[in-house]
Amino acid sequence: MSRPYIPKVVTANALLEGDVVYLTPDDRWTRHHHEAELIEDEAHAQLRLLHAAARKAEVVGPYLADAKAGPDGPEPVHFREVFRTRGPSNYRHGKQEAAAH
Amino acid sequence: MYSYTDFDEAFVRTRVAQFSEQVRRRIDGSLTEDEFKPLRLMNGLYLQLHAYMLRVAIPYGTLDSRKMRQLAMIAERWDKGYGHFTTRQNIQFNWPKLGDVPEILSALADVGMHAIQTSGNCVRNVTADHFAGAAADEIEDPRPVAELLRQWSTDHPEFQFLPRKFKIAITGSPNDRAVTKSHDIGLRMVRDADGEPGFEVIVGGGLGRTPMIGRVVRDFLPKADLLPYVEAILGVYNELGRRDNKYKARVKILVHETGLEPLREIIEERFIETRAEFGGQDMALLAEIERAFAPPAFRQAPTVAYDDFYREDPVFRAWADTNLARHRNADYAIVTISLKAHGATPGDATAEQMRVMADLAERYGHDELRISHEQNVILPHVHKADLPAIHAALAQAGLATANVGLISDIIACPGMDYCALATARSIPVAQEIATRFDALDLEHEVGPLKIKISGCINACGHHHVGHIGILGLDRAGVENYQITLGGDGTETAAIGEKTGPGFAYDEIVPAVERIVRAYLEIRSEPSETFLDTLRRVGHAPFKAALYEAEGKQDAA
Repeated sequence: MSRPYIPKVVTANALLEGDVVYLTPDDRWTRHHHEAELIEDEAHAQLRLLHAAARKAEVVGPYLADAKAGPDGPEPVHFREVFRTRGPSNYRHGKQEAAAH
Repeated sequence: MYSYTDFDEAFVRTRVAQFSEQVRRRIDGSLTEDEFKPLRLMNGLYLQLHAYMLRVAIPYGTLDSRKMRQLAMIAERWDKGYGHFTTRQNIQFNWPKLGDVPEILSALADVGMHAIQTSGNCVRNVTADHFAGAAADEIEDPRPVAELLRQWSTDHPEFQFLPRKFKIAITGSPNDRAVTKSHDIGLRMVRDADGEPGFEVIVGGGLGRTPMIGRVVRDFLPKADLLPYVEAILGVYNELGRRDNKYKARVKILVHETGLEPLREIIEERFIETRAEFGGQDMALLAEIERAFAPPAFRQAPTVAYDDFYREDPVFRAWADTNLARHRNADYAIVTISLKAHGATPGDATAEQMRVMADLAERYGHDELRISHEQNVILPHVHKADLPAIHAALAQAGLATANVGLISDIIACPGMDYCALATARSIPVAQEIATRFDALDLEHEVGPLKIKISGCINACGHHHVGHIGILGLDRAGVENYQITLGGDGTETAAIGEKTGPGFAYDEIVPAVERIVRAYLEIRSEPSETFLDTLRRVGHAPFKAALYEAEGKQDAA
């Protein structure tokens, strides 16, 4: 029996600001992980990644990151992805700064 | 200090114009990221975890007040009000926007600075002893040679696509403060039998996933032969260095796989050709550069104010004991400004702090500043009578921490708080170690101890040469920290040895504390340093202290 597929989100950095962004089900780039499309099928994930890669004037370096379903939408699994949702730990810069305003 | 010639100025301006156009074409979609990436890296622009990062070169770590103020301006105008000084004497801005980078580069060019060759497989910023031109133990100021190397390596057509990046460090002193043995080429000034200064040439040092101590390829190289000899090494490396595997592409692997003796023969053979080609122009240029590095006119004045403060003020005394180094002029001192306030990010300075340091350099320090590879800032030439005023001004700016060379004077790479390559965080580990030992009020009792932390195997935080090295890894999706002991980045260079299994994020600070407490127990007397004790007793007692608690837990 094959192992169950770990759900994914498509993530990248915005071309102009470098901000971490996620691909939504309606093809927008969002700054919020919980708004991302949670992809539970491997073939669909590859298609969504191809779609993201084609939007080269908007984002840089799209890839698939492991995620899981949460009460408010997709949540990151790996600590690296958790850091990417908020910013560095030594200053309240990045997304956590924007969230505070 | 060296000032740009018309040629330098035109070169840098042309590059800014060229890159501005490339950025424009990337933004309007005419360049893909695959096309743009090598171009932006050639200009020091990385894309990291949360944002772009611009790495600006500070050649051989030397700045004046004008340059430092411009860095402050850039930090405030286009970044988040601070900059991060690195182990390669550069400064990194962590939050520039792509569209602003051309303007930033233009502002840098206004003060004779740039971000060229701070990335890519080329000769990177040449680093030097941060006490160069000031140290009491120095044979000669190595910076003219460093500047010669900078000019020669900048846009050198033969060396823009080396197998891998190439780092050169240089020192003019027998006490190696430039970690020369961990560089692709290390140049250590020595004298020959007649007392003439020249260089011991070390090749193939490096940290990263395959740490190696450099090997001496030439015991004595006359200064006049320096450039042709370095060019011979680069030429041989360019031709024979491996390009099939990124991880085996550094010159250290070439030295290791070819063997020192055969490689030396190949280099010497090439050197015969390069020396004939140079024809002495390089020496004429060096003579010109040397004039720009003439020592400042040292002030003659009594030092009694310093002596009085030293006697009367314990805070000043503690700072003077740790943060001052011997200057070649007995009335002067070298001031190391610690960018390691307890709990702060190692190597970070706010725009306001940069301005304070610039003002102090201008007013009291012959307008010179240096960045050390240990991520501190140096005022290399300060008359002792001015030290109390400097200390007071630094204290007001949060820059008077008396901890240089102590346990909280930690090198830490940006780690996973910024870096896309990192496997774990390093900054918070450094912050917590510093805070912990400050709370224990132990660091002055512990004495000289260098902790160096890297957030991945690439070892930007020099953990291999830390007396205590910490390497952050990702172990099955959890941050895990490996400890090495006994590393040394000086003239007695050594690679630290791994102690055993790593520690979780919340276990690493207590683990370091156990090592330090073991040292305090074992040392023969307070003057026996951590490294001396380790060398005397070996690693066993430290490992026992480190893993003892775990053993107890397992048994429970």
